[in-house]
Amino acid sequence: MSFSGTDTFDEMIDAEGGVRPAYASYREWFDEQDPRALHRKHQEAEAFFRKTGITFNVYGQDEAEERLIPFDPVPRIIAAHEWRRLSKGIEQRVRALNAFLHDLYHRQEIIRAKRVPESLLRGNAAYLPHMSGFTPPGGVYTHITGIDLVRTGTNDFHVLEDNARTPSGVSYMLENRETMMAMFPELFTRVKVAPVSDYPRRLARSLAACAPPACKGKPVVAVLTPGIFNSAYYEHAFLADQMGAELVEAADLRVVDGRVQMRTTRGFTPVDVLYRRVDDDYLDPLTFRPESMLGVPGIMDVYRAGGITIANAPGTGIADDKALYSFMPEIVEFYTGEKPLLPNVETFRCMEEDGLKYVLDNIADLVVKEVHGSGGYGMLIGPTSSRREIEKFKAKLKANPANYIAQPTLALSTVPILTRKGLAPRHVDLRPFVLMSPKGIEITPGGLTRVALKRGSLVVNSSQGGGTKDSWVLEE
Amino acid sequence: MLGRSANAIFWMFRYLERAENLARLIDTGFRMALTRDHLTAEEEWRSVIETAGMRHAYQTQNGTYAGIQVWNYILRDRHNPNSIRSLIGQVRANARSARNSITTEVWEAVNESYLHLTDLLNRPVTQSGLADAINAVKRESTQVRGAMDGSMLRNDIYNFARIGAFLERADNTSRILDVKYYVLLPSLSYVGSSLDNVQWETILRSLGAERAYRWLNAGQLDARGIADFLILDGRFPRSLRFCYAQMRANLHELALQYGGELRSHEVMRNADLKLQDRDIDLVIDMGLHEFLSDFISTNNEIAHAIQTDYRFTD
Repeated sequence: MSFSGTDTFDEMIDAEGGVRPAYASYREWFDEQDPRALHRKHQEAEAFFRKTGITFNVYGQDEAEERLIPFDPVPRIIAAHEWRRLSKGIEQRVRALNAFLHDLYHRQEIIRAKRVPESLLRGNAAYLPHMSGFTPPGGVYTHITGIDLVRTGTNDFHVLEDNARTPSGVSYMLENRETMMAMFPELFTRVKVAPVSDYPRRLARSLAACAPPACKGKPVVAVLTPGIFNSAYYEHAFLADQMGAELVEAADLRVVDGRVQMRTTRGFTPVDVLYRRVDDDYLDPLTFRPESMLGVPGIMDVYRAGGITIANAPGTGIADDKALYSFMPEIVEFYTGEKPLLPNVETFRCMEEDGLKYVLDNIADLVVKEVHGSGGYGMLIGPTSSRREIEKFKAKLKANPANYIAQPTLALSTVPILTRKGLAPRHVDLRPFVLMSPKGIEITPGGLTRVALKRGSLVVNSSQGGGTKDSWVLEE
Repeated sequence: MLGRSANAIFWMFRYLERAENLARLIDTGFRMALTRDHLTAEEEWRSVIETAGMRHAYQTQNGTYAGIQVWNYILRDRHNPNSIRSLIGQVRANARSARNSITTEVWEAVNESYLHLTDLLNRPVTQSGLADAINAVKRESTQVRGAMDGSMLRNDIYNFARIGAFLERADNTSRILDVKYYVLLPSLSYVGSSLDNVQWETILRSLGAERAYRWLNAGQLDARGIADFLILDGRFPRSLRFCYAQMRANLHELALQYGGELRSHEVMRNADLKLQDRDIDLVIDMGLHEFLSDFISTNNEIAHAIQTDYRFTD
């Protein structure tokens, strides 16, 4: 079944078949190119990725197999005025998320005001009681956020998901741009594109600005990775390298003299800011998982005593909860006093009786997601599922309704990809990356565009056959 | 740098060196076996397995020492942790884990070697494909070493890499000699017999030393001269003395970079001085086998001291 109906918004071509202004210069350039040369360059790019080891590991595959994320050489282009509007909405949302997290771990005003039901916190594993009453250095919870956006029309962007736990993909944003510039240097002299390459420097600066009270002198930043078998290891190594930070594993860290220190060939050295790319559960076995050998025993005590900054703050994962997501319009309004600039996707809460009934009755037209799920796992896409799959899913849904939300299948916008037969539209989403420090919020122009490479498919996740594109924000 | 990264770099270069030496060993076995009858050829392959230190593991899986079986076991057996395929995988895993300690050139050389060799070793290697496989291993190893040489800062990372490589090389040279030590004993050899000549050539060839030795000795082969050359000649890059001179120099640089000597420097210095004191008659008098066993255990002691001094592990 295909969703590419007439109501799908094509970001390059308008309803009359004309090229939209943002794509005009690119399209002009494209039409001058020899298609065979484009294909050859495309293949060179794949070979380049393989050579440089820009791969990700797929869970559940033999021997932690590494794969390439397919790269499409046609850029996704956003006009300057579109981006200005978007970034205002993104900034508002991230401010609200940060304020929401602070409130959840302090007075819980929003629950007292009955804007968000308390039941969503109770028994929610992502809510960390250890964070209660503690304010992270600089008051920042969400040092790095990825906001997943989908587009359905000229001015219609919706937030599909908030990623405040450990958003990934930024290395692809950076490498995609590098690759495009290496493949088509002349293109960048014709089209003025806002640069993204200073992201690692901004990230380093932003993290350093959140140094803990114990930090003396220039903050030492380290990136904490689960190790080489993690699906995003490439990105961890890449970011550490680009920031000039150490790439550490938990086994490299130990609490010595009230500080978290890393074991170097010269002895133990304190870490001031830890950009962790591991889940809360694997931070501190003393606090979270006594049975686990993973993590740094005692790091939470050091954290609470002001000896280290952990980014993102432990307990931010609660903001990724898809049931809480459905309350984001209320959350934004509660903390900013403004109407949300970026709407949510309409969401039905199966925890509510009306919601559940609606979802069960209309399941064939809906996307049903687990509230704690991510990466496209554990979800049902009604329109592409067989009757049997739907019946099986219904049973799971009825057994534990509070575990699910549902959304209409959106007509995601399309951007062309390069195929053997020329340009062909495919559905895309967009994940801008947002940095927050006491000095303010910075949004890198564009972000990561994920694209469903199969015709008509709406699943853009790299683990399920999605690819990526370079994302351009035009300069004025 | 992190102790774990130092450990990864150290082992990355040990495994790379080991892979290359195994390729040489197969090459030698193959050449020898070609010129022999069936039974002696099996004996030759048995000796290759012995030298590679794989006898026990090999025997649990294989009944005979047919050449093709042996070289496939060493080149590409997945269950053999020391097969060249496994080693190259380890080299890459260590390089990934210390990705930020090496240059892009070194990483790409390692990654490309890995992709090339795993592809090449994905299918059984036939007799006609063997030379290609062996050359590919040697070439890829040279590529990585060259990238290292041409692109890395001469800092602690570089020194750990070099120490790992030469420590492994010293270990491999001494093991090759130890398996064949009896053919180098003057009392047992018939000077000039053709069997001896072939055996001696095997040793030289497995260390890539046959041309250098001939060149220096005008084609004369003799047991004492060969032992002298492989153990004590500081000009030959796989001799024990050469390896120790390099390791000592790199450890010295580490001491300068870190502002002081540690226990490993003392262990290294003593071992090197002891080696410098030896002449070949003394070595043969005290017993070649005893000398080599002693050398291998000292070599391990040096490795251990370095790993402790520089906090490779917790």
